[in-house]
Amino acid sequence: MNARLTIPKTYKLYIGGKFPRSESGRSYEVTTPKGAFLANAAWASRKDLRDAVVAARSAVAGWAGATAYNRGQVLYRVAEVLEGRAGQFADEIVAAEGVSAAKAAAQVAEAIDTWVWYAGWADKFVQVTGTGNPVAGPYFNLSVPEPTGVVGVIAPQPPSQGESGGSLLGLVRAVAPALVAGNAVVVVADETRPLAAISLAEVLATSDVPGGVVNVLTGHPAELAPWLAAHADVNALDLVGAGALDWPALEASAADTLKRVLRPEPGVPDLSLDRILAFTETKTVWHTKSLL
Amino acid sequence: MSKDIQQAGEGRRFLDYAPAPESRDVVRLRPSYGLFIDGDWVDGHGTPFSTIDPATEAPLAEIAAADEADVALAVAAARRAYDKTWSRMPGTERGKYLFRIARLVQERARELAVAESLDNGKPIKESRDVDVPLVAAWFFYYAGWADKLDYAGLGASPRPLGVAGQIIPWNFPLLMLAWKIAPALAAGNTVVLKPAETTPLTALLFADICRQAALPAGVVNIVTGAGATGQALVRAEVDKVAFTGSTAVGREIAKTIAGTEKKATLELGGKAANIVFDDAPIDQAIEGVVNGLFFNQGHVCCAGSRLLVEESIHDEFVDRLKQRLTTLRLGDPLDKNTDIGAINSAEQLERIRQLSDLGEAEGAERWSAPCAIPEQGFWFAPTIFTNVATSSTIAREEIFGPVLSVLTFRTPAEAIAKANNTPYGLSAGIWSDKGSKILAVADRLRAGVIWANTFNRFDPASPFGGYKESGYGREGGRHGLTAYLKAGAR
Repeated sequence: MNARLTIPKTYKLYIGGKFPRSESGRSYEVTTPKGAFLANAAWASRKDLRDAVVAARSAVAGWAGATAYNRGQVLYRVAEVLEGRAGQFADEIVAAEGVSAAKAAAQVAEAIDTWVWYAGWADKFVQVTGTGNPVAGPYFNLSVPEPTGVVGVIAPQPPSQGESGGSLLGLVRAVAPALVAGNAVVVVADETRPLAAISLAEVLATSDVPGGVVNVLTGHPAELAPWLAAHADVNALDLVGAGALDWPALEASAADTLKRVLRPEPGVPDLSLDRILAFTETKTVWHTKSLL
Repeated sequence: MSKDIQQAGEGRRFLDYAPAPESRDVVRLRPSYGLFIDGDWVDGHGTPFSTIDPATEAPLAEIAAADEADVALAVAAARRAYDKTWSRMPGTERGKYLFRIARLVQERARELAVAESLDNGKPIKESRDVDVPLVAAWFFYYAGWADKLDYAGLGASPRPLGVAGQIIPWNFPLLMLAWKIAPALAAGNTVVLKPAETTPLTALLFADICRQAALPAGVVNIVTGAGATGQALVRAEVDKVAFTGSTAVGREIAKTIAGTEKKATLELGGKAANIVFDDAPIDQAIEGVVNGLFFNQGHVCCAGSRLLVEESIHDEFVDRLKQRLTTLRLGDPLDKNTDIGAINSAEQLERIRQLSDLGEAEGAERWSAPCAIPEQGFWFAPTIFTNVATSSTIAREEIFGPVLSVLTFRTPAEAIAKANNTPYGLSAGIWSDKGSKILAVADRLRAGVIWANTFNRFDPASPFGGYKESGYGREGGRHGLTAYLKAGAR
């Protein structure tokens, strides 16, 4: 009896809640660290990126307008669904990164716990960072953080020197904090190990995260990042994984529309309230008190 | 019409006022000023320039220009003061210096107000009652933070950033200095500040206040000059750049520091909507719209330069607004009865004229308050444009002058859409007697400061700063303090 032939998955982009191929028709080969074929990933184009920004922009109002409790539950739901597919992600990480099963499982566990940590912040970061301001006059004055809008992210890329880790966790550590306040995200995945990103998109698509709130592009960051940095409808740019690119040029380009920019960081970013706040704007409202 | 009685609106007469100028004697200006570096006055190596009184065009003093080497000297002085003195000093002691400065500002309030009105052209009642009291308040507020940094929200023992390069505009010269210097020093940074080319005087007087306060040398350095001096400061070995000014310059600064470790706070332009609903308290709204735009000759980045008025009350509201503007008194900034002072410079006046002419050419209807314009100096009568299209240049570009564009709306959703239809997002106003409506509209406006049934209020406890292309970072309050701090070692 012959062994059963497996059904490989077609890895595509994730834009506006749908899984299209690149409009360019391009793909690129993804391999194990030893060079064995894993999949053909979509090679996203400038047009795909622009479509993703449109999808993100149209998703901002709904996601930002959801209650903090609701956003927290949706992000927690991502953790739930990810937990149920932990084995699949571990297998993908083993294949893509060449790490042991134990290390892969640990990375998945950390990614799941990252969603739980950020989910809990959704209805707390305003309390922790907002202020009631005792101004000298008959005014009721409050400052609260609000989402910045559309955030472009260059996800953490493979570390040099072949050290392990990060194709799932790096992405989650960059995307999750941007979602907490109600931003929508366009993320360019790890270039050579993009499969976990697309599988994560499948999790997001079935976790009540509204379509367009997260958009995942695979391809070449060096090709996509300049368009993302220059796009006038992107409000903020997270260059966390752009250390190997000409990131000063990206930051300079982002300055044309005064985007908020986070500079590159090595490796996988820590859990951080600052990452939530980096993509918020403080709104201060003065309410005039009436005379009694 | 007799000389004493001015016709103002239909059937209403106002007595004219006799001149009531504030005395200039409280200000003793030197004929020339150098750079204030490391606690001393030193010569600049750029070409000196004159600062003039925009109300008379008479020169007030000659001002040194700092070149790149002068700026580097100032930054080096600030670095030494940071390393050796200021960053090592207990917060309580730093705070005491700031309290001293607050008190010295209060003691010398009249002198500072007169100097400000002379150099800037703003009415003395504004420099005396708004600018200078807020300067003292700003130092007093941040003085108290200096020994409480553990409560700033960055965890225990946060650290200052180092040397801050600060560049301020000409519209609120001394107040912008206070917004920059007070939080920076409270957090333990040292500063090099460049005042605007046309309004350096109060910053130079502030150097003397630092002397009276016995502030350690090098903690505050003042370098005067034009754009090139500012560019040199941004490129110098500073850890933080804080800038208030135009969006165009803000962009250049963001580009210059791209790829470095420098942090930035940018407080840039605006084109604020002031939304008046038909259920607004109309008398207060009229005053608020006047104060929202014509305060400081409209030289305010957060000015309510787009009046969005509900269509049903448009005609009545605009008529009453015109009547009110007719009563404003334009003239000598030092006169205590002056409402509208001088435009700060010939260059700015030209820009206001050009944009106003463009507004007319693009089809908007122009009305200017009938007031006599002095022969000397730079002046522009309060002006309203009606029938302004959302696409009109005067509805989109910051004019930075006493020019109001009036647009209409029919529903709250339309008002919100029009208010947000700008790349800027600094401020906005809402006028309504219905609290629930105010809350709902305030939620949906994309702007950093929103005034409900008031406008142009400022307070050191209240964070200020923009969304979108109005810049990033906040000044004022706890937020403004954290802009000069980083988390301590964990």
